[in-house]
Amino acid sequence: MKSPASPAQTGVWVGIAAITMSFAAYSSALVVRQGASPDWVHFTLPPILFFNTLVVVASSVTLFMARARTGTTAARPGSGAAVIDAPHLTWLYVTIFLGFLFLAGQIMAWRNLAGQGLTLASSPSSSFFYLLTAMHGLHLLGGLTGILYVVYRVRRSNAVRAVRAYNAASLYWHFMTVLWLYLFAMLATRI
Amino acid sequence: MNSPDSSHAAGPQGFWRKYVFSLDHKVIGRQYLDLSLVAVTTGMILSWLMRLHLGWPALSIPGLGAIAPEATGGIITPEYYLSLMTMHGTIMVFFVLTTAPFAGLGNFILPIQIGAEDMAFPRFNMMSFWVTFVAFIVLVSAFFVPEGPPLSGWTAYAPLSAVGKDAGPGQGWGQTLWVISIGIFCIAQLLGSLNFIATTLDLRTKGMSLARMPFSTWAWFITSIIGLIAFSVLLPACVLLLLDRVAGTSFFIPAGLVISDRLQPHAGGSPLLWQHLFWFFGHPEVYIAILPGFGIVSHILPAVTRKPLLGPRVLIACMIAIAFLSYTVWGHHMFMSGMNPFSATVFSVPTLIITIPAAITTLLWIGTLYGARMRYNTAALFCLGFISVFVSGGISGFFLAQPAIDSYLHGTYFVVGHFHFVMGVASMFGIFAGVYFWFPKMFGRMMNETLGKWHFILTFIGVYCIFMPMHWLGLAGNVRRYSAFTDDYMKGSIPLHRFITVAALFTGAAQLIFFYNLFRSRFRGEIAPANPWQATSLEWTTSSPPPHDNFGGHHPVVYHGPNEYGVAGKDGDYIMQNSPEPEPVAAAS
Repeated sequence: MKSPASPAQTGVWVGIAAITMSFAAYSSALVVRQGASPDWVHFTLPPILFFNTLVVVASSVTLFMARARTGTTAARPGSGAAVIDAPHLTWLYVTIFLGFLFLAGQIMAWRNLAGQGLTLASSPSSSFFYLLTAMHGLHLLGGLTGILYVVYRVRRSNAVRAVRAYNAASLYWHFMTVLWLYLFAMLATRI
Repeated sequence: MNSPDSSHAAGPQGFWRKYVFSLDHKVIGRQYLDLSLVAVTTGMILSWLMRLHLGWPALSIPGLGAIAPEATGGIITPEYYLSLMTMHGTIMVFFVLTTAPFAGLGNFILPIQIGAEDMAFPRFNMMSFWVTFVAFIVLVSAFFVPEGPPLSGWTAYAPLSAVGKDAGPGQGWGQTLWVISIGIFCIAQLLGSLNFIATTLDLRTKGMSLARMPFSTWAWFITSIIGLIAFSVLLPACVLLLLDRVAGTSFFIPAGLVISDRLQPHAGGSPLLWQHLFWFFGHPEVYIAILPGFGIVSHILPAVTRKPLLGPRVLIACMIAIAFLSYTVWGHHMFMSGMNPFSATVFSVPTLIITIPAAITTLLWIGTLYGARMRYNTAALFCLGFISVFVSGGISGFFLAQPAIDSYLHGTYFVVGHFHFVMGVASMFGIFAGVYFWFPKMFGRMMNETLGKWHFILTFIGVYCIFMPMHWLGLAGNVRRYSAFTDDYMKGSIPLHRFITVAALFTGAAQLIFFYNLFRSRFRGEIAPANPWQATSLEWTTSSPPPHDNFGGHHPVVYHGPNEYGVAGKDGDYIMQNSPEPEPVAAAS
């Protein structure tokens, strides 16, 4: 599945670096704000977050399966560039479904929190909870758009560009999963 | 090696696709430059208003009262002075010093210098420009909301910037628009940086190894990496600030804060947190503004001295070192913020260390000048001017880098003189050098050299008259950010302030020569040949201006580095990067 230097792939790696820096900034803000004054409220995270975590991990697995089952061949022998010869979309659709399920689950978590009287402004801990989940959700929505674009590309043509889009979108999606695992661990230990 | 997203053999013909929503990096580069021309004019007018008020505090500026109700009768109030200062700084730093040398010149030149047809993501590229444009409109709209633009400075320190309209005129809508504008600007810069990095890594033509990249491309590449990291921290900072302003959170607003006799309904935030996040972006931002100038000067100097640049690899290593170190020094903006004094020492050491690569770079330029048969065209003069103001501004940095000295100088005009020299004027001279050098490539016509030289001489004298006395004012204890100096102690500084004001008006007027030259040459200038400066890099191998796909359907192949000057080549004392002739054996001189 290797193709020579692909700007899309490079672009996603660079994007990952930028997003990592952003969340590093949010994380250090959280640490500094928690230490700044004694108004940090500890609360129990909504239990649905555990289910959401499973969903997002599962979506990475299904994406991996979709990728593994999609056959590719070299476009030109020896060129290293590949085209898709056996599009396999079922697992890709499952991935998209799981992505939306995760987002719905995050909104449920917000409703749960709001039901406990914890709003964006009520405590710095809840501020960061809403903020970090919203930011991750927004980025994940971008990943969903990427996968929908892959479906469109693969259905439309089997060309090198479809493979590049596929590789780039997969990389981004797996990063979104890893990012959520990090955020979940941080929220669980800090809040 | 790869062609970008879409085929570029023939350009689009419709007006909208060709000139407005163009995907062509050359059009987008010019759009950025046009936007920064509007921005720099706006920013300059704001500085004139401030200078007039500083020299003659009671002066009623004709017409100002009609445009700005905050300045009743055309007399600038202390609050309106701060608004002018805020908008001047924000417009100049973001929409001129970041936009022109990096996004503007870089967009036009970088893809051609590496032999690519376009940027890696032409659609992102178009988006970055239009998003920047929206950010500018949002910022400028702060002039037209009730109570006018914000007054918290381009650094928007919390809690002043976070508490809303209790904090003063312009701190309501004006400040909110400021935060939104800068957030939007961050998104544009992130897209732009991403594009620059992917383009440089993936779209280099055959033979264009990293070691053979022109210095300007190296500088834009390094700048884009700095920008990527810096703006991805400023964006979260803006999000947090906006939430404090509109959603009632308390990230930056401390507990028990009383402003305008009203207890603010916030608790426990950390104002220092904003400063840390802001300056983690803010200091690298200085290098985002100046590094393209490093690249431009290093690119132009060999062509005008007809000598290879001294120590090309050392230069690139220095730029990389500066990029790394730029992330370790942000605390030197905060010596006086009340943070732990031990941290001040920690931030002082890398600040002094960063002067080493900067000094080495300067010595390399001066070493290149040694023994040169200099061609004194306007671009060359602005390169020399760049070195001069960079050294002048840099030396005052040694003083400010030391916490003990900074505690006296921090709040004074010494700092104003320092950063205007080293960041503002040096970057501007880099932009001017780049524009005079690449104008023939951009528009297919030469700029007028006589007018260019007058522009340089007047500007060079002018900026020294403006910013050198500011250092003396600062040493004498003249505080900055004050709108007028009316008490007995400060009164003595007024004659010097008047001198600076006159110099600022004079220097601003000298820019009219540049504007005239720019517009006249665009339509009436002498027709430019493909390579008017006998330079080696790929942009000079294609026609002026280049065709839509840059090289007329073929991909250039590179055989040499960009530094082959002063050698016996087949065309003269230089060898083009794409010339298949063998490596030179003996120097021509």
